[in-house]
Amino acid sequence: MMNSMDAATTSVVEVSGLRVVRGGRVVLPGLSTTVPAGQITGLLGPSGCGKTTLMRCIVGVQKTQGGSVRVLGEESGSPALRRRVGYMTQAPSVYDDLTVRENLRFFASVLGAPGARSDTVIDTVGLGSSVDSLAGRLSGGERSRVSLAVAMLSEPAVMVLDEPTVGLDPVLRRQLWGTFAELARAGATIIVSSHVMDEAARCDRLMLMRDGELIADDEPASLLAHTGAHDIEAAFLALVDQEARP
Amino acid sequence: MNPKITGAVARRVLTQLRRDHRTLAMMLVLPCLLVSLLWWMFDRNEQVFDRLGPPLLAVFPFIVMFLVTSVTTLRERSSGTLERLLSMPMAKLDLLLGYAIAFGVVALVQALLAVSLTVGLLGLEVAGPLWALAVVAVLDAILGTTLGLLVSAFAETEFQAVQFMPALVIPQILLCGLFVPRSALPDVLDNVSNVLPLSYAVDAMRQLQRLEALDSDFGLDIAVIAGFVVAAVALGAATLRRRTG
Repeated sequence: MMNSMDAATTSVVEVSGLRVVRGGRVVLPGLSTTVPAGQITGLLGPSGCGKTTLMRCIVGVQKTQGGSVRVLGEESGSPALRRRVGYMTQAPSVYDDLTVRENLRFFASVLGAPGARSDTVIDTVGLGSSVDSLAGRLSGGERSRVSLAVAMLSEPAVMVLDEPTVGLDPVLRRQLWGTFAELARAGATIIVSSHVMDEAARCDRLMLMRDGELIADDEPASLLAHTGAHDIEAAFLALVDQEARP
Repeated sequence: MNPKITGAVARRVLTQLRRDHRTLAMMLVLPCLLVSLLWWMFDRNEQVFDRLGPPLLAVFPFIVMFLVTSVTTLRERSSGTLERLLSMPMAKLDLLLGYAIAFGVVALVQALLAVSLTVGLLGLEVAGPLWALAVVAVLDAILGTTLGLLVSAFAETEFQAVQFMPALVIPQILLCGLFVPRSALPDVLDNVSNVLPLSYAVDAMRQLQRLEALDSDFGLDIAVIAGFVVAAVALGAATLRRRTG
């Protein structure tokens, strides 16, 4: 219980009683949680469980039907947060008919980031050799890296990354997780979703989601110890089974 | 609002348009081709061309710009970049104005091309000054752009945006005085035509045809069209939502 005490004092995101209904379907019935500062928090669960909706709420682009989401002490989506929260959507939100450099330069001017910052983030995501290629000509993995680079432009204190490593080769995935770890060490809070359970081991903290509810919120090691499972996928199944039993 | 961000949006949209040769051709060449077709149709009857030319110089750029703008702007929505931009420190008006400026530049070029062709090569004759003809044509193309921006806020897909064309544009063409003088319309339709922007564009063009010296009516027509432009941009910005369902 020490952990939750610590989290309460240094939490960057505070979600309480969050309710979201989309198209008549209750996606989040009333979710509460906190995200600790300076860590990588993994949001895991099957597709359709509400990961993206929760992330959209944290960024402040989702209409909500109840509850509150506070980020860095402000209401999510408030003007003060728009430079301090970096968001990478699941589908790469970049302009296909602009080059990699033009994309980054444009978003940099919107964010008021210096032009040189564009080159830095392009290098960080390993796209240095494609700066003058049109984004639409890149592979799916390369385009999501352009999108990731945009999310890093303003050196945000909080980064919300929706499945940033989908479709990437293992070498690149390892490299990006290395980057996330570096950013977290430098003080950034990273919330990253994935439906690939084997990425869970790289997170400092895990939130397992199912049907819009958190079924676990813990460190990977203690999650394994607690369920007696040998990997996160088995732990997830064990938790689902526990719930099913009265 | 931030002029730097508005400028960045305008530059970006122009870069995208420069790469899209088909759309650029549609915007710059199509109105010229349509006016040429009209001239050819009335090859044996130049008076008809002189009568229909000016109003259609207002209508063609309006239609083309409406269509292209509404569909192009929607791409921003469907690609997810709109949501990304609205999660950044960007005022909604920055986005709308950026688009309006970029397409306004294209509209300017387009209207100047169409007017030069019609007057220079096709021999259209009007009583009023040529600069005024160009001003009305440019303003009308910009009106098409800003209305296109506005309706794109109400459409989810490109297909829905295209559907606004028959719903919002064709009635304006029917009632603008092109087919029947507005004063000869039934009272109800005459009143309806009074609140449609294209009516004022055609009124202004008709004045140019008749009068050598422009009077205050012409100024009023121009002011009303400009008012519609400003209202469409403001309304377009007001309808953008940072949070969606």
